[in-house]
Amino acid sequence: MIDFFAASRASDREPNHVSDRESSQKPNRASDHEPNRASKREPNRPVIKPDLSSNVAGIKSPNPFWLASGPPTNSAYQARRAFEAGWGGVVWKTIGHEPIVNVSSRYGGIDYDGRKLMGFNNIELITDRTLETNLAEIAEVKRAFPDHAVVVSLMVETNREAWHDIVKQTEDTGCDGLELNFGCPHGMSERGMGSAVGQVPEYTEMVTAWVKEVARTPVLVKLTPNIADIRFVGRAAANGGADGISLINTINSITGVNLDTFHPVPEVAGRGAHGGYCGPAVKPIALNMVQQIAIDPEINLPVSGIGGVQAWQDAVEFILLGAGNVQICTAVMHYGFRIVDQFISGLENWMSDKKFAVIGDFQGKSTGLIGDWADLDLSYKVVAEIAQDKCIHCGLCYIACEDGAHQSIDITPVDEAEFRAVLHGHISSLESGGKTILAGAGDGFVNRFEINQETCVGCNLCSLVCPVDHCISMIEKPGPFEPMTWREYQEKLALGEVDRILPPDHV
Amino acid sequence: MLDNTHLSRTRLSAGQLAANFSDLHPALSTDEARTEASRCLYCYDAPCTRACPTHIDVPRFIRQILHSDLPGAADTIFEENIFGGSCARACPTEVLCEGACVDQTLLRAPVQIGRLQRSATDASPPRNEAGPDTGKRIAVIGSGPAGLSCAYSLRRLGHAVVVFEANSVPGGLNTFGISAYKISTAFSLSEVASIKSIGVEIRTGETVDAGRLRDLHKSFDAVFLGVGLGATSSLEVPGADAKGIVEALEFIAESHSGPLSDCRVGRHVLVIGGGNTAIDVATQAVRLGAESVTIAYRRSALEMSAFAYEYALARDDGVRFEWMTRPVEFLGESGVISATKMVKLNMVGTGRSAVLEDIPGTTFEIQSDMVIQALGQNPTTGLLNEFDPQILEDGRVRVDPETRATPVPGLFAGGDCLSRGAEIVDAVQDGKLAAAGIDRFLCGKPCIRP
Ligand SMILES: Cc1cc2nc3c(=O)[nH]c(=O)nc-3n(C[C@H](O)[C@H](O)[C@H](O)COP(=O)(O)OP(=O)(O)OC[C@H]3O[C@@H](n4cnc5c(N)ncnc54)[C@H](O)[C@@H]3O)c2cc1C
Ligand SMILES: Cc1cc2nc3c(=O)[nH]c(=O)nc-3n(C[C@H](O)[C@H](O)[C@H](O)COP(=O)(O)O)c2cc1C
Ligand code: SF4
Ligand code: SF4
Ligand code: SF4
Repeated sequence: MIDFFAASRASDREPNHVSDRESSQKPNRASDHEPNRASKREPNRPVIKPDLSSNVAGIKSPNPFWLASGPPTNSAYQARRAFEAGWGGVVWKTIGHEPIVNVSSRYGGIDYDGRKLMGFNNIELITDRTLETNLAEIAEVKRAFPDHAVVVSLMVETNREAWHDIVKQTEDTGCDGLELNFGCPHGMSERGMGSAVGQVPEYTEMVTAWVKEVARTPVLVKLTPNIADIRFVGRAAANGGADGISLINTINSITGVNLDTFHPVPEVAGRGAHGGYCGPAVKPIALNMVQQIAIDPEINLPVSGIGGVQAWQDAVEFILLGAGNVQICTAVMHYGFRIVDQFISGLENWMSDKKFAVIGDFQGKSTGLIGDWADLDLSYKVVAEIAQDKCIHCGLCYIACEDGAHQSIDITPVDEAEFRAVLHGHISSLESGGKTILAGAGDGFVNRFEINQETCVGCNLCSLVCPVDHCISMIEKPGPFEPMTWREYQEKLALGEVDRILPPDHV
Repeated sequence: MLDNTHLSRTRLSAGQLAANFSDLHPALSTDEARTEASRCLYCYDAPCTRACPTHIDVPRFIRQILHSDLPGAADTIFEENIFGGSCARACPTEVLCEGACVDQTLLRAPVQIGRLQRSATDASPPRNEAGPDTGKRIAVIGSGPAGLSCAYSLRRLGHAVVVFEANSVPGGLNTFGISAYKISTAFSLSEVASIKSIGVEIRTGETVDAGRLRDLHKSFDAVFLGVGLGATSSLEVPGADAKGIVEALEFIAESHSGPLSDCRVGRHVLVIGGGNTAIDVATQAVRLGAESVTIAYRRSALEMSAFAYEYALARDDGVRFEWMTRPVEFLGESGVISATKMVKLNMVGTGRSAVLEDIPGTTFEIQSDMVIQALGQNPTTGLLNEFDPQILEDGRVRVDPETRATPVPGLFAGGDCLSRGAEIVDAVQDGKLAAAGIDRFLCGKPCIRP
């Protein structure tokens, strides 16, 4: 097989020698932080098999898919199975000095009209196994999988000696890095740990600095989303010397209430606690926070993206918005380690298609496209358009626009016979017992839906509710005036250079 | 009269019979129902609702199932169609709601509306009450789905209703005419009972003749005719009086009138006809244990009036088809059918209007110890002609399309006697519309209620 990347590999990356790390001094962010590099490949050269290897804050892994700290990373048995299945790294289930005591039950799920676990919630604490067992198993896994990333999540009481001790003991296992769990929103926070640290920038900075006093491996700080503005804790972690940021941990939540017993879900003998929410439903929140951290000039640290990844596309989105890799928990709790296979295949095929050779070729490509609303172009104009040869006549666009948007879709009953004459071949029709039945018809007519592009505000709603791919598209129209952002508009208004933009005639 | 005593009773075991006559479309489990419900797009001005003759709000009831509100789903169905349970079992959904379902285009498979309807109607019975008494009395002739749907709707409007039924058992074809693997006798009677429970009086064993109809028309405030169709027609062919030549409805009725193990069936059965009834009896014969069943039809598969899925059902049951042929003589041995002499036919022209001609020299015989004639029912013109010939036109009752009022004031009609849709669901809609028509006729609009 032709190896297109032999050259770039040799020049870009060094072999992952354990001895390298051991001989190195206390890591220094500027020199040691070698992010996923962009390839030096000529653009548009065919990509046979992209290189998925990843490097976040100096922690290398064969691919960007790590298991997030949680139940799937609880033991050596699971870590082995995970690596054998193809995972690039594991972040060990958070360890502390003393094993905690868990409750039962522990999890709640949010289903969405038939799909299970759109959202997931837990009231589990950190590891319930002893420190000795965890450390022995971490060391055993690291020995068996030298090329995979083994990162250990830590949480101890807010005390300098305690942190120093756990860091030293943990690093003696040969692990590749540390992740400080400042995010667990339930239980541990009541004891002054987890999100109790992550919600106070000063504590975050202080504890990070304690850890960095002794740590020899890269230190990731895992942030809690249960704050008003993620950038403040992100900056605090950077100030404390963190080598990278992972986010998000789980979101404070109550899954639900049982309508028969009136008990919360999940329940422990009739009572509940505020649990941590995760799973596909949290991805947009996580993407938002990842982008905010990735673009912040005061932070400028590698990011490990977490929250709701359940398909390769989710991972790509995190990376496009600046993350160097992704971590996954809920999707594995739902389907098992085997899903990584499809992550890898999907990512490889997408990268080949886009002619990206390495992760660095697209990492952060979209980060800068998100900014202030005030910088959006007020003159930009799109309107909806329905491809009649794809429409199945469900009427969902109509009622959405009529009741939920701007009354810009016309509904016209077309006589079935007349419709048949111009029938688009995609409509299913059936001959039976001497009758012809047309899907979408009824009572002798078919509804035809058309956008009134004069009044359409281009909100996307109809295209979002349409069940048929590429049936409603948003097409660009000439804008009503020259490109102008809101910021520019304010300036020009003040200078008297433009007139006030009038409200639309149509609601 | 059904004379098949020369035939032996079914040779199948009770277990086999029970399996063969178990529901064609069994009820969905709760999980299946929820999963199926989740496929529904919740269309606006939904094609399925428009395609349902009773216009059940399909997306509404499916969403109620999805969100675990089965009583609400059942209410939605019964609101428009009190025979929602029968329809869930026997409606040709393929050419009605499911044929119109947009998922048919999107996913090449419609939402299984019929089976979802069954989930809801099985889970929760109708729970409507009679309306406040209006003092008006209406006579309903016939207790089939048309008559009972009308009676039920009238009761809900507060009118008193008496149903006159010639048979000893109420329910019309739902009780004795639909194959037991679609609607069981017990299920049909349970629907009748639920309609009775809001105060509909049913008098069975009361055949209404023209004289009686005149009396009822005078003594009641209005009359609804839901008499259905008459007996099935018979072939005028030599030898037709041989034993073992039976008529489709009698054959089906037998499976409703006693235990299945008492049903008689031939070893080799010839069915004549090409409609849904022919398919029903052929399938039933197979399920009762006939060794071979053949359907002989004078046209080709293309012109069959049987629905595609019915045809597929018969084929799956191993039924053989002889196309473009007709019986010319029934051959008997000592008065018992043994074979049928057939002749092949030629179609001149196309479609159902094509003329059929015998092809000389093509006669052949089909051996069988039973022949079932499935030629369709004749209209009950006698009673109506005698009552008032102006209500008939080409053997059909003339009605106003909105109110189902006949040209005779105070006389309304619906169901198969109009020879329109010819499905249960059409009969139900006729009864419903007629009830509204009667209400308006009696009380103006709206009916003044105490
Ligand atoms: C073999 C067969 C199979 C069928 N299969 C299906 C199916 O799978 N699905 C489907 O939807 N439809 C099916 N149908 C059609 C369906 O049964 C009819 O459309 C429906 O029953 C019509 O209802 P109705 O109330 O008008 O008439 P009927 O059900 O025929 O009821 C008429 C009632 O009036 C009574 N009556 C008649 N004359 C008098 C009188 N003078 N005095 C008192 N009472 C009288 C009769 O005894 C009968 O009880 C089938 C029909 C047949 C024949
Ligand atoms: C049951 C459960 C236990 C978890 N335990 C930990 C933990 O011990 N330490 C930690 O840092 N995060 C923990 N998490 C959070 C996950 O690591 C992750 O940040 C979060 O679930 C979002 O990712 P996901 O949507 O892929 O699940 C836990 C999550 C779950 C569901
Ligand atoms: S884009 Fe918005 S306003 Fe325009 S037609 Fe669609 S829903 Fe209506
Ligand atoms: S939502 Fe899409 S498929 Fe449905 S009617 Fe509108 S354009 Fe057609
Ligand atoms: S047409 Fe199909 S998808 Fe649409 S509402 Fe009816 S059952 Fe649901």
